[in-house]
Amino acid sequence: MKEVAFGQYYPVDSFIHKVDPRLKLLFLIAYIVAIFLAKNFYGLAACAGVLLAIVLFSRVPLGKVLRAVRGVTFLVLFTAVINVFFYRGDTVLWGWKFLQITREGLIFSAFLVLRILLLVVCSSMLTYTTTPVALTDGIESLLTPLKWVRFPVHVLALVMSIALRFIPILSDETERIKNAQKARGADFESGGLVKKVRAVVPILIPLLLSAFRRADELGDAMDARCYMGDKHRTKYKKLRFTWRDAIVFFVGGALIAGVVVLRVYLGAPV
Amino acid sequence: MHAIEFRDVDFSYGEGGFRINKLNFTVEEGEFVAVLGHNGSGKSTLARLANGILEADGGTITVFDTPLNDKNLYEVRKQVGVVFQNPDNQTVASIVEDDVAFGAENVGTPREEIGRRIGFALSAVGMEEYRHATVARLSGGQKQRVAIAGVLALKPRVMILDESTAMLDPRGRREIVDVVLSLNKKEKITVVLITHFMEEALLADRAVVMNRGEIVMQGAPAEIFRRHEELLTYNLALPRIGEISKRLREGGLDVSDTLDPDTLAEDIAKCVS
Repeated sequence: MKEVAFGQYYPVDSFIHKVDPRLKLLFLIAYIVAIFLAKNFYGLAACAGVLLAIVLFSRVPLGKVLRAVRGVTFLVLFTAVINVFFYRGDTVLWGWKFLQITREGLIFSAFLVLRILLLVVCSSMLTYTTTPVALTDGIESLLTPLKWVRFPVHVLALVMSIALRFIPILSDETERIKNAQKARGADFESGGLVKKVRAVVPILIPLLLSAFRRADELGDAMDARCYMGDKHRTKYKKLRFTWRDAIVFFVGGALIAGVVVLRVYLGAPV
Repeated sequence: MHAIEFRDVDFSYGEGGFRINKLNFTVEEGEFVAVLGHNGSGKSTLARLANGILEADGGTITVFDTPLNDKNLYEVRKQVGVVFQNPDNQTVASIVEDDVAFGAENVGTPREEIGRRIGFALSAVGMEEYRHATVARLSGGQKQRVAIAGVLALKPRVMILDESTAMLDPRGRREIVDVVLSLNKKEKITVVLITHFMEEALLADRAVVMNRGEIVMQGAPAEIFRRHEELLTYNLALPRIGEISKRLREGGLDVSDTLDPDTLAEDIAKCVS
């Protein structure tokens, strides 16, 4: 947890790492839209090709990328099994009572699995190549238009960055409280679910109390450093678009356009 | 010129709680003042009043000839920086330079100027090479130096350290004390060091002892520490060297009443030979 803030940021210097976080966020949204717009394997192949290029350019090792997929193994298997057995198609390959496997079912579940994998890998590429701080900055900047409707964008961004800052501190604190309770004979391992959940209470209460006390002190410290909301505030770090961002922008645009064209001219996978 | 002046200041945390009555206290420009006192003596309240985090019920608090009020609160805060006790509870950002920038950003400093101030503040506390480091990975003393840099980026004329060394190990304490001394001597920043470590008070130009919201002793640190019995009544101990020399004298050895380790060592050597 003590590693670079938290999360799974993979610190190397690459083309993808340097792309503006705002653009990466927008690209992710566009990419997800493209995945769902794709109605056949040609479309998904185009998406997969772009993603492969991103992975290669980012210099994140393939093992790392695959580890992100491991987390959703169950979801992938579940989707595959359900669709293989319950998709109603014409070409029955095998049948038993109400279960039957059809050619169409196999194709369709392969399609869904590919879709989920692309979604997961693409989202984790964002967190592998972008620091939490940069992400927060990016979100703040993208939400700026909401200021027109009085949405507290600055406050939201500050809350996010303070939350990131306090994750390692509170995780240390949890460990400390846990050890203190263990030293007094608390038991966190044995017993059923109910007992285990109950055992968390003596950790949670001191943790909350200390978090409130910390918040109070942090408030004083922010006051002492002249914090007065975003009035007259300047920003030291400004996000700027560069040639890299232009390339990503055009690749993203081309991808969506390509997928739409493939959808219109080539039809559904089954 | 007075950097900070409290005149007849009243304050209370509500009925039955801790209170300060008609407190008078001044800090001269460029001075290094140590404020001593046991827990609950009112020394932290003093820091929070001087910076306007707490509001006095009566009397006036003047900072460089400006009486503190609601309107000039932020102007005064720019001049009087406060560093608190727990280094973890005063950093806002995860990266060192972002945190140091926070105060300067708040008061609308232009971008290039913020960059310069980060450089100045980090070099003043000896942390330049950590500019892009993650705060969570630093040691206690380093985190506290970052907190000091964050206050320095506002270019204050007075710096109040509210028990800023209390949670650090001896090495971290040494780091902070060195930084504070150099800020006072080199940058001519007025320093108010609130502490319960008597050794730190020895470095100050003047020591102030507080007890139950009142200032009970004031003077040169060496002078204050000569009044052992009186200090004891306020639950304060002597610095280690003073304590040793006192016990040696009680044990019948002819050593001088000193706070300087070298002098004491010479005296002991004389007695032994």
